[in-house]
Amino acid sequence: MTFSAIPLISLPFLMGNNLNAWSDALAGLTISWFPLGLVIIAAIPLVFIALYALTYGVYGERKISAFMQDRLGPMEVGKWGILQTLADILKLLQKEDIVPTSADKFLFVIGPGILFVGSFLAFAVLPFGPAFIGADLNVGLFYAIGIVALEVVGILAAGWGSNNKWSLYGAVRSVAQIVSYEIPAAIALLCGAMMAGTLSMQQISVLQSGPYGFAHFFLFQSPIAWLPFLIYFIASLAETNRAPFDIPEAESELVAGYFTEYSGMKFAVIFLAEYGSMFMVSAIISIVFLGGWNSPLPNIGALALYDWTTGPVWGAFWIISKGFFFIFVQMWLRWTLPRLRVDQLMYLCWKVLTPFAFVAFVLTAIWEIYVP
Amino acid sequence: MEEGRVVPQSLQQAAAAYEVVREAFGGAISDFDANEFMPFFEVLETEKWPDIALFMRDHPKLKFNYLACLSGVDYPAEEKLGIVCNLESLGVLGHRIAVKVKCARNGGSIPTAAYVWHTANWHEREAFDMFGMQFTGHPDPRRILCPEDWEGFPLRKDYAVQESYHGIKVPY
Amino acid sequence: MQELGMAEQGSIRVSRKDNNVVVIEKDLATEEMVLSMGPQHPSTHGVLKLECLTDGEVVTSAEPYLGYLHRCFEKHCEMVDYPGIVPYTDRMDYLAGMNNEWAYCIAVEKLLDIEIPRRVEFIRVIVSELNRIASHLVAIGTYAIDLGAFTPFLFCFRDREHILGLLEWASGARMLYNYIWIGGVAFDLPADFSKRVREFIDYFRPKAVELYKLLTENEIFVKRTKGIGIMPPEVAINYGWSGPMLRGSGVQWDLRRNDPYSVYPELDFKVPVPDGRFSDIGDCLSRHLVRALEMEESLSIIEQCLSKMPGSEGFNPRSAVPKRVRPKAGEVYGRAENPRGELGFYIQSDGKSTRPLRCKARSSCFVNLSAMKDLSKGQLIPDLVAIIGSIDIVLGEVDR
Repeated sequence: MTFSAIPLISLPFLMGNNLNAWSDALAGLTISWFPLGLVIIAAIPLVFIALYALTYGVYGERKISAFMQDRLGPMEVGKWGILQTLADILKLLQKEDIVPTSADKFLFVIGPGILFVGSFLAFAVLPFGPAFIGADLNVGLFYAIGIVALEVVGILAAGWGSNNKWSLYGAVRSVAQIVSYEIPAAIALLCGAMMAGTLSMQQISVLQSGPYGFAHFFLFQSPIAWLPFLIYFIASLAETNRAPFDIPEAESELVAGYFTEYSGMKFAVIFLAEYGSMFMVSAIISIVFLGGWNSPLPNIGALALYDWTTGPVWGAFWIISKGFFFIFVQMWLRWTLPRLRVDQLMYLCWKVLTPFAFVAFVLTAIWEIYVP
Repeated sequence: MEEGRVVPQSLQQAAAAYEVVREAFGGAISDFDANEFMPFFEVLETEKWPDIALFMRDHPKLKFNYLACLSGVDYPAEEKLGIVCNLESLGVLGHRIAVKVKCARNGGSIPTAAYVWHTANWHEREAFDMFGMQFTGHPDPRRILCPEDWEGFPLRKDYAVQESYHGIKVPY
Repeated sequence: MQELGMAEQGSIRVSRKDNNVVVIEKDLATEEMVLSMGPQHPSTHGVLKLECLTDGEVVTSAEPYLGYLHRCFEKHCEMVDYPGIVPYTDRMDYLAGMNNEWAYCIAVEKLLDIEIPRRVEFIRVIVSELNRIASHLVAIGTYAIDLGAFTPFLFCFRDREHILGLLEWASGARMLYNYIWIGGVAFDLPADFSKRVREFIDYFRPKAVELYKLLTENEIFVKRTKGIGIMPPEVAINYGWSGPMLRGSGVQWDLRRNDPYSVYPELDFKVPVPDGRFSDIGDCLSRHLVRALEMEESLSIIEQCLSKMPGSEGFNPRSAVPKRVRPKAGEVYGRAENPRGELGFYIQSDGKSTRPLRCKARSSCFVNLSAMKDLSKGQLIPDLVAIIGSIDIVLGEVDR
């Protein structure tokens, strides 16, 4: 058993950006042939997702919506209802697994699976710190954009397999929405990639580090960067079927859209997939435009705030906070705005967002080429 | 009308409206019942009812553009069914009147007023559903409140519930 | 066994087969899909079945099927004596119980020819206007939630709780009151009622403004409701529409003004009729606007009543309530302005019995809903939801 104990034991809390020693050591941790260390490195972001982003995302949604609506939300289970999501998941696990007799069994079962897989595969390329990244692909951004397309297959399978006209309506609307909004989303992210000069998510974050904190973020690096930021934010709401673009799950019209027929654990899976993709989208936007795991605090003279708040654990903290901030904004919008109708949604995509995305693209290109 | 009592203005207006209809249709309608609660007249020749209705809606002195209520009524003593229409000239002349139309109890029919006032469409369906008189010419003569295969006409005075409906025991 | 009404209308045939089985057959054009917004649906405001024939997202016809909540109100009326009918009227439009009772009592009191004490009239106005505000809050809240705005619903219900508390204090019940009796009211208002109502008015005025800003002026809401389901005024009158529906189409018609009853002639209030600046006349937004603006008018009516109402010394709310209600022989059609339109009662009495011969309830929602089929031709499905929400139906009143 090869095992370097010393770098492991000296936990590098204050080692600054020198995390690589730690993760290199962990990567070297192998039990005979089994790369235990690599598995641990990859598992950390995924375990994080399962615990925080989902359970507390759901809990956060219920509490935030409650406070916005002048009520309290879950209060019984655990102090302030913190254990509510856990209780819900345990309950859903015990439910009878119902497949309608006239449903297409294969599609019905595989639909939520594809959805879940699609929204989680993107977490592989999200950097949670200078060295915590599942797979540092050099086309990470491209991969993240592309993997959302996999959800479309899952939604169609769920909608068609339910053998229910309402589900079909919801699935068809959802597919139209997601496929259309991918275009302004991708173009907006391309602007960010242009500013970085690379598609690798880790590199994009590294390029936004510097002693001036938030001044290095791409959002402030170019006078036009707010436009692709805004476009991507709006398009991402549509990608994840969140209000005001939640026509596919429009409760009051289609009961629950494409997941009307689902109950029990399959419903839980779809539900968690939605929160997973919400977090994914928030993480992508904070990486590309807001610096990812970089600290936003600048070094002001003697107060070296930037240096004090950088590090592997600090990095994880920053990206998680930024992700949660965008999740909060998404929830805020959901509980404030009514729903757009399908044709208004399509109008917004094709006649408003896409032309503006092209404009942003050209202007960013001009800025990058001609301004040093 | 009692002697020495001031005739309320609504009754005067209704009487004036009645005179206009009487002039046009003569003996097809009965005399005016000038009671203080609900002044009305009855249409004696039921086939003329759609014409009378159209006349009352469109004549410039009448302009009864609003059918407030069309109720089905059962007259068991006379062996007749009927409808009572409360008409009003909404926003135009402001007067109100009621019209009654009767028909035989078994197999009787009244021509429809659904093409004159669209409200009458559903009101007549309800009257048919509850009493059983046919409305000839109605665009959609189906039951409205009871299920389509219900037997009997519930609001008739001699109605007896059916024993069972699709296997469910009805009387309790 | 009486003859079944055999119906044949276009594509629907009802017939009886050999073994006494009744068959209902419907034809279907091949490109169209039948979508049943069936009796259980989150946004049909009750058990209403809308059978939509759709061509893609466009609805070619949306026909309402009623009767799921039919409780034989009119048959009950013939079995129960006049005062006993009052609780039944509560249950028709259960969101506006006081208004229903009042409409019925107006009809019967016409036949009875009794004089209602002045304080009773003011009490009736106050509780009815409070109920009007509560009913409009539900209408607005549920309309918002149909269109996807979840928060205004909670705000509306929070404010409605205060009103229900006041009405419970006065009558003993939160929703189905049995408070307005023939000839009077059941109990006098409690001692500090005026004070609490004034507090509520001061609390609610800014909340109504907040609701207006949050929902009515919200651009997405306006886009969803403007220009949808336009009903021209003459057609609306022909369909028998009344109340906020008719005022939304631009017709200045309010029974409290045009056919006044009780003490309304002494009260000063405006009747909001949209003029086409913010919304198109006759569309869903206009109807919603009428309801939103009417709430403020009701507040001012209540304030005037509280100041004009005679005191309660020596007052017996049941002083004019007859021991036995036996109206003269005759028929009457009495009506009142309910939050949803005109609720009318056609009562036929034979002068000898304590039960009506015939009591027909002309319900506003039944008539308003009858235009649904024609109003929905050519609309999209989400617009269908917007239209139903703007008609503001309560199935209790539609089906009775």
